[in-house]
Amino acid sequence: MSKITLKDLSHSYLQFPTKNEDWAIKNVNIDWHDGGAYALLGPSGCGKTTLLNIISGLINPTKGQILFDNENITQKNPVERNIAQIFQFPVIYDTMTVFDNLAFPLRNRKIPEEEIENKVKEISNMLELTPTLYNRASGLTADGKQKISLGRGLARSDVNVIMFDEPLTVIDPHLKWVLRSKLKELHQKIKRTMIYVTHDQTEALTFADQVVVMHEGQIVQTGTPVELFEKPKHTFVGHFIGSPGMNILPCKIDNGLIFINSTNIEISNSKLNNTSYSKVELGIRPEFISFDKKGLPVKVTNVSHTGKNNIIETESDGGKIKLITKASVKIPEGSAFLNFKKDRTYVYKDDWIVE
Amino acid sequence: MNKTVNQKAWFFVIPVFVLVAFNAIIPLMTVVNYAFQETFGNNQFMWEGTRWFKQILISERFHAALGRQVLFTLIILAIQIPLGIFIALNMPKEGLGVPICLVLMSMPLLIPWNVVGAMWNIFALPDIGFLGHSLNALGFDYNFTQQSGDAWFTTILMDVWHWTSLVVLLSYAGLRSIQPAYYQAAEIDGATRWAVFRHIELPKMKKVLTIAILLRFMDSFMIYTEPFVLTGGGPGNATAFLSIDLVKMALGQFDLGPAAAMSLIYFFIVLTVCWVFYNLMMRNESNS
Repeated sequence: MSKITLKDLSHSYLQFPTKNEDWAIKNVNIDWHDGGAYALLGPSGCGKTTLLNIISGLINPTKGQILFDNENITQKNPVERNIAQIFQFPVIYDTMTVFDNLAFPLRNRKIPEEEIENKVKEISNMLELTPTLYNRASGLTADGKQKISLGRGLARSDVNVIMFDEPLTVIDPHLKWVLRSKLKELHQKIKRTMIYVTHDQTEALTFADQVVVMHEGQIVQTGTPVELFEKPKHTFVGHFIGSPGMNILPCKIDNGLIFINSTNIEISNSKLNNTSYSKVELGIRPEFISFDKKGLPVKVTNVSHTGKNNIIETESDGGKIKLITKASVKIPEGSAFLNFKKDRTYVYKDDWIVE
Repeated sequence: MNKTVNQKAWFFVIPVFVLVAFNAIIPLMTVVNYAFQETFGNNQFMWEGTRWFKQILISERFHAALGRQVLFTLIILAIQIPLGIFIALNMPKEGLGVPICLVLMSMPLLIPWNVVGAMWNIFALPDIGFLGHSLNALGFDYNFTQQSGDAWFTTILMDVWHWTSLVVLLSYAGLRSIQPAYYQAAEIDGATRWAVFRHIELPKMKKVLTIAILLRFMDSFMIYTEPFVLTGGGPGNATAFLSIDLVKMALGQFDLGPAAAMSLIYFFIVLTVCWVFYNLMMRNESNS
């Protein structure tokens, strides 16, 4: 029930970090607005779980502050922070019934038994756990157990944020979809801030209003799924999101004009008055490339049919380029020319977008 | 799928059968032989039926030894299991402390039983032993060779010293297998230290603890060497546990018939308790 701010947050698991690689979290600044559905997306080892554990208070950050509604709570423990967290593997209390499992966080907070009874019934209805409510929790299947973990997170109605750490890893694919829609539905019903950690872009893009992409301990971009797709701020976002990912091609800048080898590429976004960049690349998504009579000369090397679309691999002097065309578009054989959509082509300097 | 019937496979079992016959069945049958007959040496036997069994079962001496044995086992279980869990909970989980603690804990387990007995005998001697002398210097009237209470105290202390480590090591292994997420979830659920122990650690340690209890029951119920060296069963019969009493009867008095009957009863008790215990354990397992 509050805004969460991470301020200049850095964390290292080492006692005396020296190198840049020693840091698991590197100077993260972000606001999580109250009631938002966020996804924290990134490959394994990018620091997502560390960031989550810092918010929940399981890890004390090396540097920086965590603020709940502008109040500094960096030194507070998870109970004082009043948050809920659901882990990758289901955590259940084996010896208790499903009911007692769901009631456990409430009982620990000395809530009257009557209120607990109502709350647990409500949660178990929502998660369809009612038929097994009085069974021993240890007898349930993996997804049943994970539902209990979810239920314990949802049982308290006043939590500041509910965090999910890849909660669907152990769930069967078809149930994954069901549980994910359930979560989305729950978010709409209870309007609580939710942060969903995942390395799966489909999960992130379907669950969240705002996706936060992490890469090597940094947040590289925060935005809606559409923003991440249409305008990646970092080359990592470009190739991590989308299938196939963004084409990243080395390019040269001469007098404010962009060249891939000797072909001038027109773009409408960047102001390129400074030419002294160390590493300059041009990024374009396969969806925004088409065949044309003139443009960048390429050779078509491979075509894969995916039904509605074709994914075409081509070879230019500047490197491989993939493009997606409708199945109805005729694919030229051998040599061809590519046209890049002007307003969807970006220039990246040292992996960051130039605007 | 049909399996081919091939009786030749029995040949593979023969070596094991012969081995088991020589180290278990034949000696056991000798005992059975003595238990139902009377012998005057020279390989002359007379059939006695169940006389020795009846005699043992109503003998006060046997009742007393069995009582002492049960009491001893209950006391050491009541001390070693909680103490072992407590030590395991407080052992370091990472760093240099782990190997140091593990080695220290394993030491008593590596010492031969008669050495343990001898060590504690000297350690507890009231005049020159460190423990005995110190206790007397502190004003306690301590003499384990004369006072039965002191003899019990020393025997129990020795067994706790010798065997608590086993419970510690088993519990520690059980604790180490608990995923960190359980502790994190409990922390977020606001669980107290006691609740973490009661609902996470204890259930996860259940299997190793059952094994620990079973092993400690069997070993302590059959204890012989250490009290034999420490007290020799004395003073009087104060620490004459079943095995010590049995040896006294068989080799001291040469009452081979009653001693054989007692062996079988003794064996039967251990077997029954272990069987009941094992079944309870397995039933709990299938319930959960």
